[in-house]
Amino acid sequence: MSIRGKAFIAGAYEHPRREIPDRTNSQIHAEVAAGALADAGLSFSDVDAYFCDGSTGFGPMSMAEYMGLKCRHVDSTETGGSSYVFHVGHAAEAIAAGKCQVALITLAGRPRSAAMGGRPGGADPTGDMVFEGLWGMAGAVTGYALAASRHMYEFGTTSEQLAEVKVAASLHAQHNPNAFLQKPTTVEEVLDSPMISWPLRRDDCCVVTDGGGALVVVSPEVARDLERTTVKILGHGEHVKHADNGRIDLTYTGAVVSGPIAFEEAGVTQADIDYVSIYDSFTITVVETLEDLGFCEKGAGGRFVLDGTLVAPHGRLPFNTDGGGLCNNHPSNRGGMTKVIEAVRQLRGETHPEVQVPDCEIALAHGTGGSIGTRMGSSTVILGREDA
Amino acid sequence: MSHDLPTPAPRITPENQEFWAATAQHKLLLMRCDNCGNPIWYPRTFCPDCGTFDTSWSEASGRGTVYAFTIVHRSMIDGYRQAVPYVLAYVELEEGPRIMTNIVGCEPDAVRVGMPVRVVFHDTGEDNALYRFEPAGSQ
Ligand SMILES: [Zn+2]
Repeated sequence: MSIRGKAFIAGAYEHPRREIPDRTNSQIHAEVAAGALADAGLSFSDVDAYFCDGSTGFGPMSMAEYMGLKCRHVDSTETGGSSYVFHVGHAAEAIAAGKCQVALITLAGRPRSAAMGGRPGGADPTGDMVFEGLWGMAGAVTGYALAASRHMYEFGTTSEQLAEVKVAASLHAQHNPNAFLQKPTTVEEVLDSPMISWPLRRDDCCVVTDGGGALVVVSPEVARDLERTTVKILGHGEHVKHADNGRIDLTYTGAVVSGPIAFEEAGVTQADIDYVSIYDSFTITVVETLEDLGFCEKGAGGRFVLDGTLVAPHGRLPFNTDGGGLCNNHPSNRGGMTKVIEAVRQLRGETHPEVQVPDCEIALAHGTGGSIGTRMGSSTVILGREDA
Repeated sequence: MSHDLPTPAPRITPENQEFWAATAQHKLLLMRCDNCGNPIWYPRTFCPDCGTFDTSWSEASGRGTVYAFTIVHRSMIDGYRQAVPYVLAYVELEEGPRIMTNIVGCEPDAVRVGMPVRVVFHDTGEDNALYRFEPAGSQ
């Protein structure tokens, strides 16, 4: 497929000022966005994809929140001054692929007015950084603990139910000789671990590990010529979920948008999924995500994970058979890479025999970046065996 | 008790300067959209609900309820590290927005989701104050 003739630039706007001491970078992003959309005859509510560099706050998560964008496609490819040219190309690819229809690309920065060390956004804090940076948000766990408290309040989810997620991960990790934590644990042991940020305990948290991972994606033509078993990409969905202008709802994640898009593209349903890699920064992340992906009703995630549901190979929905971020690995504090890698291992039939899902044909991998307590980038991929 | 929380000064920008200046008078301001009338949180000069730039300040009642909370037992943030356990929370203001803050003025174990709270201000020593919330029943 080529992008030739598949996408068009409809709006363009250059900020008229050359010295802007009275604005934040966020304001300038919004002003140029409004200008380009007006030029195109479109409005903010038409935008379904957003592109910016990585220099303002948390990039697209912060700016989608500021502008109230409801995105199903984002990209913050950062290549310095050429980023926006990359963004045009990537926007055209996304539109050609049917991922989005109206892609907004913005740039803003104030190197003349603010001391900034050469990067386009520099030290100018975004509103989310200012208004959430004062209250002792002690790392990621406190944000996820906020979500857990609300989930418990609305749905009666318990610490014992959350602990079941850790137990399942540990049962898998015992078969992974590289896992950071290899000893099977119990609900009682999880509940006995030190409280970090109520209601989350140490054993509700993922491990902190060095390391990394990589993937190679190729065209069908290249795949055909390779001897190695490949895995077919069937569908993908993404979403930035943010605080939505003070209406933050901590009981769901961006998977409510990314999941249905991925399922539709893949042409499969929840019942077709043989294995899931679910982002497990914390136990509550798994419970909310399973609900949002439609594997159980909203609010029923705590009950769903009981009775070995997640335990491979014979649970109803085997998950994170490498031991996940909770026990195996969370390299660079970023668990998305290992989620895809374990799904590939399952589909190739190359996991440890004790956790290999028999006849694994369709797998789902889901990533959650940022925090379910504030704003997040959510991405779901559905993968199939080479012959799927 | 959690009244020994630190009072870090906020980072002032052209967009939030008026908000923080008002906290020196122990006023909690809300930005409102002149076009659709919705409150805007966090404060910004752009309405994310209708995409317009016409906004004005009004004073919030300072009353709300706890939407969600966590009792932080481990913190690596200087000042907060020495204050554990303390309560980080979202408070749902009477006007609607759910805002991140701390709950003070009671034992952390006494905090409940849905509990009525009211705003208090802790001066930072830099001509502004942090808005925190205490149980609405206490004095
Ligand atoms: Zn509005």
